[in-house]
This record gives sequence, structure tokens and C-alpha cells, in this order.
Amino acid sequence: MSARIAILKDAAAVAFMAFLIFGPFLGLQLGDSNAGNLTLSTRPELLALAVVAVFFARLGMLIWQEYRPARLPGTELALKVQESGRFIAPALLVFAVALPLIPGVQNVYIDLGVLIMTYVMLGWGLNIVVGLAGLLDLGYVAFYAVGAYSYALLSTTFNMSFWECLPISGLLAACWGIFLGFPVLRLRGDYLAIVTLAFGEIIRLVITNWVALTGGPNGIDEIPHPTLFGLSFSMAGGPGTFAGFFNILPAPGQRITYLYYIILFLALLTNWVTLRLRKQPLGRAWEALREDEIACRSLGINVRNTKLTAFAIGAMFGGFAGCFFATREGFISPDSFTFIESATVLAIVVLGGAGSQLGIVLAACVMIGVPELLQSLQIYRMLIFGIALVLIMIVRPRGFISKRRPTVLLRPVLRPVQVTEP
Amino acid sequence: MAYALQQLINGITLGMIYGLIAVGYTMVYGIIGMINFAHGDVFMIGAFVGIIVLTALSGVTSVPMGLLAALLLSAALCGLYGFSIERVAYRPLRGSFRLAPLISAIGMSILLENYVQTSQGALERAIPTLIPGGITLMNENGFIVQLSWMQMAIVTVTLVVLAIFTYIVTKTPLGRAMRAVEQDAKMAALLGIDTNRTISYTFIIGSALAAVAGVMFLLYYGVIDFYIGFNAGIKAFTAAVLGGIGSLPGAVLGGLLIGLIEAFWSGYATVAYKDVAVYSILAIVLMFMPTGLLGRNEVEKV
Repeated sequence: MSARIAILKDAAAVAFMAFLIFGPFLGLQLGDSNAGNLTLSTRPELLALAVVAVFFARLGMLIWQEYRPARLPGTELALKVQESGRFIAPALLVFAVALPLIPGVQNVYIDLGVLIMTYVMLGWGLNIVVGLAGLLDLGYVAFYAVGAYSYALLSTTFNMSFWECLPISGLLAACWGIFLGFPVLRLRGDYLAIVTLAFGEIIRLVITNWVALTGGPNGIDEIPHPTLFGLSFSMAGGPGTFAGFFNILPAPGQRITYLYYIILFLALLTNWVTLRLRKQPLGRAWEALREDEIACRSLGINVRNTKLTAFAIGAMFGGFAGCFFATREGFISPDSFTFIESATVLAIVVLGGAGSQLGIVLAACVMIGVPELLQSLQIYRMLIFGIALVLIMIVRPRGFISKRRPTVLLRPVLRPVQVTEP
Repeated sequence: MAYALQQLINGITLGMIYGLIAVGYTMVYGIIGMINFAHGDVFMIGAFVGIIVLTALSGVTSVPMGLLAALLLSAALCGLYGFSIERVAYRPLRGSFRLAPLISAIGMSILLENYVQTSQGALERAIPTLIPGGITLMNENGFIVQLSWMQMAIVTVTLVVLAIFTYIVTKTPLGRAMRAVEQDAKMAALLGIDTNRTISYTFIIGSALAAVAGVMFLLYYGVIDFYIGFNAGIKAFTAAVLGGIGSLPGAVLGGLLIGLIEAFWSGYATVAYKDVAVYSILAIVLMFMPTGLLGRNEVEKV
């Protein structure tokens, strides 16, 4: 009985705190009077609602803690997901390849697929830096921006095509990765985080303020869309366009489908390179670096080159993704390259379970797909996004797929030892 | 000369505000080793509580009383915010994967920004100058160097708050506990210090300082919106790192430096690139002093 009273008391205390915390923000609202002064209006019903909601949420949580069943072993579940990953990954791949071909799938969903895939690619790219090499990068969006602006400027100034610009964008981003990598070589952990964050902000501020080159806050528009061997996807039809060449009616779906396959190819390339590199000395050096830098050094691994290649390769894929972003949107401005993008990509990597390729796909679907489907919630969308980020982290601090399979295994015993039961 | 003096005054005022926020960052980092990304947004909450209190009291009390009430209420409420944020978003993640609290903090930051945006609107909110006037220090060929009462008030309040804070950290049992937990949390716990409570107090004190900075910011600029926390938070974080994260005098020093860099760069170069200058100087300083200006060089044990 006293336990129940204690629970009620606890919930009441939390509700009282909620009253204080929400009081000025939900209970009062600033407004403008006709005279131009600030006014305050009250809305007690909203505050009461919030306080009551907190009270019952806390009550429910406490009761759940009291009576919850034996804790589901998290690692076991993760292991199961990991094992089923063998089947999930190819199934997802088949689904991804087939999605635009399924009749009846609306363009909106293919477009959503393109968006999710872009973030999957960014996640996989950042995963090289954060998940494999263990370098905390809070300014990944800088390379995304470099790639996007490289393509935008090259194509609008020199009339270069998407496929010519793609490698150049990647290369430029990789150069910036190395350029950024040098000053931060000696830094560790959180010092690294702030410098990369600062670097991301520097790039964004320069783009915003260098109006003569980048158009400043107005951005660059009329960026050409990609072509298929010189065939454009113009809606006008006629000779020289995809529709004209194959003698079909031009439809917006054709271009979206084409974009979809480009990003699918780029994302799979990222994945393939990562998986190959993990099996090679460089990838192993990255993972060793993540675990222990001093041990690495004493084993003769060149820490400088290892870090710089991680930055460069991660940045290169960011650049590719940026290049794709520019050609897909046709318009870019500094608003697309804010810190929130870096944070989103980092959240995808961490939610995916830092290092797990499949986990990143799942995390990208959740983080990008769900908010897109919730468009109707308007301004509450980001509020829910923030709450979800905190909640997911609390429930699964190590990400969706937290159990990492060791990259290197000793040769397993060929014949399992027979245990004879008496 | 006169121009430089004016920029110096402006820089110090701004630097004091940054320093106050940076202290909260550096304290939390020192004690639990996490970047509290939501700290800048607590600063924003502080500014909003300030404007709400000032609006509610306008015409009811005298200006000094209103200001005092705004400062105290804002500090108290933000302390509560800091406490709750730690309880809800960080404590369950203590001792878990290194990046988990960081992501949780970023989520909390997004949450707070949008909470204020949805509840109070996305518009900029302005208040009239509450303490007008000042003293003229110098008049050089028509260029008047002004030290406004507001600037003096800001610097005075900041110094008083920092003095109280220094007293708490160096002289009280709570401060001793905080320093002990910072040095070695496990050992401190073994010696009978309630680590959880100490960490909670750290968040409360840090958030209260941020709230004071928020009210100061509101008074100085007169205009706030829900987004000010992001920029100020990053600047303060930069200040904390520049001074050597974990070092309290370092945070104030870093804040002052950043305020001065910003003021002088805006005055003598271009306003547009002032933040670029701040971040570049941070990168250059860290290249040569990887643990910041006053940071301890940690001995690595293998």
C-alpha cells in the first residue's frame, strides 16, 4: 500500500515540476499589442493538459517498472537481427532495385526513396570516419556542400555534365577532407568534434557571404539535371531526349526513376568500397585506430596517413552525395547545409549502431522516411523528431544493431568438439 | 585609438556573456565528459523567461526590481530545466556508448528549440532599452566612445555571478564534491560523495549561469528569437575548448577572447566573416596547443 502512495507522490512531484517548467511557455504566450508593445496572454488549459499528461506518463512509467516482465536481453535480440541480416540485406537490396519497376508505385514514393537513399549514402560515408576510424566528425555537411557547389558551379559556368563533374566533386571534397584533416591530426575526441563543427560552419558562412561566386543566400538555380548518354529527360520530348530516342511519351516518372538508380548505384558503391576496405590493411588500421591509438602507433601503423585517408574517403562519398543532391534539386542554397544536416547524418550512424551497414539503412528509413510521411504535422514535425531522438537513444543507446561482428577472426576450429551427454 | 577602445568595450561585454555560457559547458564536460549540446538552448530558454517576466512586470514594479526578478526567476527556472534535462536525457545514458549522450543532447537541443518555437511563435521578440544612457569616455574628432550603463551593468552582474560561482566551487562542501567527482568519479563515490546529486547540482548551477547570460543577452541586444541558442551555444562551446575544456578560468578567458576577436574583426575587417575568424583562430590555436590555452595536458596511461 505504501508503495502505491510513494508512486503517487513521485508522480505528483514530477507533475509539479512539469507545472513549473512548462508554466511560462505553455501557460503564457507573448504577443504584440496594437501599440507595438509585448503583451502576455494566458492559456491555462494547455498547461493543465501538459501537466496532467506528465503526471500520467510518470505514473505509467513507475507502474511499468514495478510490474514489467523480465528484461528482454538486448544483445540477444540484436544478435538475432544481426543473424537475420544475412537475409534482410539481400531482401532489402532486391526491394530497392525493384521499387521503381513495381507497377502502381507513385512517383512520390520513388522520390522518397531517393531522399532516403541519399541519407543512406551519407550515413555510409560518415560511417567510415565515425564508425570505422572512430573520429567524431560534427561537420560532415561541409563535404556535402563542397560536392554540391562544385557541381553547381562547374555545370552552370563551364557547361560540364553530371557524369564529368561527379568524380571532380568527389575529388574536391576529398581534398577538403585532407585539408581539414591536417590541423586536427593531434586532436582527440571532443576537441576534434568542435574543430570539425567549426569547419562545417566556416564552409557554410563562406558560401553565404561570398555572393560573387556562390550567389550568397540566394543560392544557385537552374542546375542541369543528369543525362543518360547525352539523352536528357526534358518534358518537351523530341530528338535528343530520352523519350524521343525510345519513342515513348515523356513522363516525370522517367527522370525520377533515373535519379533513383543513380543514387542507388552511388550508395551501393559506397557500401561496396567500405566492405572491401574493411577486409584490407587500411580498413583494419582504421578499426585498430578506433580501438586504441597508442597501440596502433607502437605497432608501426602510420596514424597520420590512416586518419587522413579516413577523412578523405569519407569526404569523397560526401562529395558524391552532394553532387547528386545538386543535380536532383536543380537549386541549392546555404540553407541546405546547416548543422542540423550533420547532426541528422551522425544520428543515423549512431542509431544504426556505429559500424553496422545494415543498421544505417534501417536508421535512415526511420529518421528520414518517418518525418517525411508526417509532413502534415507541419511545425510539430521537428519537435517530434527531437523527442524521438532522445527516446530512441535512451531505449537503445548502442543503436539498432549494436553487436558488431569482429572483422578479423582466427581460423575457426574445423571440427566442433563433440560433447557426449551421459 | 578611440575606435579601438570602443571595440574593446563592446568585445568585453560580449565576451562576458560567452564566458558565462562557456562555464556551464566546461563544468558539465569536466564532470561527466560529455558535450552538453542543449546548453545553448537553456541559454535561449533563460532569455525567454527573462522577456516573459519583464513583460509581466512592466509597469507593475520599477525597472531595477523587474530586472532583479527576471534574473532570479530565470536562473531558478533554468536550473530546473538543467536538472530535468539531465534526469530525462542524460542520466539513463551514463556509462553507455560514448556517442549516445551526444546524440541525445542534440535531440534535446532540437526539442527545446522547437518547443519554444511552437509555444511562443517563431517571431523575433523585442523589448525597449531598459537602462538608457551611459558615460562618454572620450571624444576624438567627433567619434564618441561610449560606455553605456547597460554594458556596465552586464559586466558587473557577470563578475558578481562569477564571484559567487567561484566561491561555491572553491570554498563550499558542494564545490569540493564537484571537484572530487571531476577528478575521479568512482573514487569520490567510494569516499561517500553522492555522485548523482553532485552531477545534478552541476547541471543546475551551469544552467543558472546560462540563464543569467540569456537575460544579459536580452538586455544587450533587445531582440531574441528561438534560434539564438544555437549560435551562442556553439560560440560558448568554442570558448570552452579554446580555454581548455574542463578548466573554469579557461572558459571565461576563452569567452573574453572570442568576444574580443568578434568585436575587433567586425570593427576592422568585415562583419560577415566574424564567425569565420573566430572558428579559424580556434583551429589555429588547437593546432599548436591541442588541449586549449589553459587545458591540462593529460598523461596517457597505457
